[in-house]
Amino acid sequence: MLFKTKSFDDAPVVLSIEDLTVRLSGVNDTVRPVLDRISFQIRAGETVCLVGESGSGKSVTSLATMGLLPKGALEVSNGRIMLGETNLLSLSAGQMRDMRARNLSMVFQEPMTALNPVMRVGAQIEEVLDTHMRLSKKEKKARVLDIMEQVHLPDVERIYRSFPHQLSGGQRQRIMIAMALILEPKLLIADEPTTALDVTTQRQILSLIAELQEKHGTAVLFITHDMGVVAEIADTVQVMKHGELVERAPVETLLRNPQEDYTKSLLRAVPSLTPRPERVSKPPKGGPALSVEDLNKTYGSSGWFVNRSTTLAARDVSFDIPAGRTLGIVGESGSGKSTVARCIMRLIDPTEGSVRVAGTEIARLSRADLRPHRKHIQIVFQDPFRSLNPRWTVGRSLVEGPLNLGQDKASAMARARELMALVGLPEDAVDRYPHQFSGGQRQRIAIARAIAMEPDVLVADEAVSALDVSVQAQVLDLLDELQQKLGIAILFITHDLRVAAQICDEVIVMQKGRVVEHGKAGAVLADPQHPYTRSLIEAAPGRAWDFANFRELGALAAQ
Amino acid sequence: MSDAMTPASRLQPVLGLLSLPGQMRRLGGGPMIAALVLVLIVIAAIFAPLYIPHDPLTINATQRLKGPSEMFPLGTDAFGRDLFSRVVMGARVSLFIGVGAAVVSVALGLAIGLVSGFFRLADAIIMRFMDALMAIPSILLAIALVALNGPSLWSVIAAITLPEIPRVVRLVRSVVLSVREEPYVEAAISLGSSMPKILWQHLMPNTLAPLTVQGTYICASAILTEAILSFLGAGVSTEIPTWGNIMAEGRVYFQIKPSLIFWPGLMLSLCILSINLLGDTARDLLDPRLRKREG
Repeated sequence: MLFKTKSFDDAPVVLSIEDLTVRLSGVNDTVRPVLDRISFQIRAGETVCLVGESGSGKSVTSLATMGLLPKGALEVSNGRIMLGETNLLSLSAGQMRDMRARNLSMVFQEPMTALNPVMRVGAQIEEVLDTHMRLSKKEKKARVLDIMEQVHLPDVERIYRSFPHQLSGGQRQRIMIAMALILEPKLLIADEPTTALDVTTQRQILSLIAELQEKHGTAVLFITHDMGVVAEIADTVQVMKHGELVERAPVETLLRNPQEDYTKSLLRAVPSLTPRPERVSKPPKGGPALSVEDLNKTYGSSGWFVNRSTTLAARDVSFDIPAGRTLGIVGESGSGKSTVARCIMRLIDPTEGSVRVAGTEIARLSRADLRPHRKHIQIVFQDPFRSLNPRWTVGRSLVEGPLNLGQDKASAMARARELMALVGLPEDAVDRYPHQFSGGQRQRIAIARAIAMEPDVLVADEAVSALDVSVQAQVLDLLDELQQKLGIAILFITHDLRVAAQICDEVIVMQKGRVVEHGKAGAVLADPQHPYTRSLIEAAPGRAWDFANFRELGALAAQ
Repeated sequence: MSDAMTPASRLQPVLGLLSLPGQMRRLGGGPMIAALVLVLIVIAAIFAPLYIPHDPLTINATQRLKGPSEMFPLGTDAFGRDLFSRVVMGARVSLFIGVGAAVVSVALGLAIGLVSGFFRLADAIIMRFMDALMAIPSILLAIALVALNGPSLWSVIAAITLPEIPRVVRLVRSVVLSVREEPYVEAAISLGSSMPKILWQHLMPNTLAPLTVQGTYICASAILTEAILSFLGAGVSTEIPTWGNIMAEGRVYFQIKPSLIFWPGLMLSLCILSINLLGDTARDLLDPRLRKREG
């Protein structure tokens, strides 16, 4: 079975939102509302996925339902939120507090920040019980251990006594789910609960939510931007855009036969897991643009006085990238992929090994000797909001590198304007500040800043991970276009197999600091040899579906 | 949603600095009065030589310990010197020491803190030295410096500044430590910017807001310390009128003529209260996280 197909027409309605309108506080009716007359229902046992790009109002919908809209910033101006027979909007703060956990509860994206770091997790779950009922100490503990068993935590007695930082990300999210479900609420709101997790952990959490839902008959409102996750978990999908509900349909109908143009464009932007066709043209002659040999990085090496335990963050990593080609490093968090990128950039010093950029060995150069060679290799970071100095105009950021190379300011500025056009932004963007741009635009600026140095190698460290899929596709296209125009080699670090499949010629799979598989993208993704690679590919959500073409993957081959 | 809010909150300190006067107006009474009092004291101190009725140093044996009169607005001290002239002239020395100590300790602390935050090896050495410096009581240091160099304005400023530097260094260092992990700083390294350039252009601006706040506190505490040192006889030479000196000399006659201590004491309290109030206001405006919850 590809999708869930159960019908919920006979199930009782749990949540019914009618004409919900949310506005910015203190603005008049002429300003476009944040949520514009949203109406939908969720029935018992049903999973409704709310999808849309950032800013579409997904989270505002969930916060409004929980009564957690930021005071003084957003307010409900119209509509009803009915949970059973109760209109949640008419409740007092105290009544609403009583409703939460008992009747509706929420799981957030980042389990580390949602848990209290100085409290044992067992006590935190007990706190939920304390607020809502009187139980003896023994009963309380029994119930907590029971729910911890239900969310499949290992060694519950030990974890009961653990602090959040002693648990893994997946375990923390399980604790959050346990807290949310211990009072058996009718409605669970999950706001991007797996976005911060690795794919294999994500898969476990998704199946856990589905299992508990089955068991308790909970209605689930699942917020996500990941179409793969939608395909895995949804009964019904609702697409939001700019605070409006544009389409609602059962999952298979929506993915197979989307009606609205916006839904179609969302689905088309989902990168396919099918690797890009191999490039026919031969890479230009000459040595590789970047050559890494036996790179090792050990953290916490023995100090002068103490022999601390060491962590091998990267071990014997070797690869070459020819000019004009892209090599991807894929792996989960902690696999050492970013360590490799930072060693190559010499943002950290490699413990052993050789890094040759444009024919020069840079692994052992001193900081000062390295500076003239920096121009050959540039980096684009993950977080577009932090990779530009917020106090500087875009132009000033763009000319920083060229000025270091001794270019005069006027010509560097002229070049900056050209670069803006090259990455698809207006030329007058150079006079503006980073906060005036969206995430995708900022990533374009960061790419322009790197390109301004005319590098031989561009390192993209999760460069599209923080972006919406449609923006992601545009930035990937931009990188591809720049590569063809300028012939740069790209080292692309990502945890997302879909992205890797779209842009990489070759792929390296890393696990715990080691390279476990290395080969042509097509070969590695289509016919993985190492069990770890296989588990990664199997965990990729919605891998059997070709979102962009609204059909099963391989349907073309079958025809 | 949360992503969209980050840049705005990060920009807050900069924007806060720019719109400081505008925001001040909205803050209402307290800070406005404090600013007014401080401006009056500063103007009074700067133009003191133009309007004081008597030379604050002229001794007049016939006019000892007189009460307020037309000739002597606040009366005279034990040597027949005009108390009013002495108090306003004392403001000049006190304010100079306050501002001087703040500027010197912030400037030195900033330079040392930037280096210490960015270079690990330097950090280990500098911070141990700073720890040692913090262990020296400023009064003791002042007495030692005055004993070595004689009682001068500069020994006093040095004695007040030295123990303040480690505090500024720690503040700057902590800002640098957190900001240097920002991708935009790493990008600057990748672009081949030199260390001094990165320190000055990328990291330093982040320290300005907390330093403005810290500077006002140092200024207030320096004025107070100077008064204490002068009172103990370890400060500026006794001929120069400072608030501390005037109070020290008036101590003996406190029972006969309390105004000798009351007026300089009142000026000192008003001055320090205003500076601290303004410091709190600046902190609230520049660093919204520390602001007390309203209502």
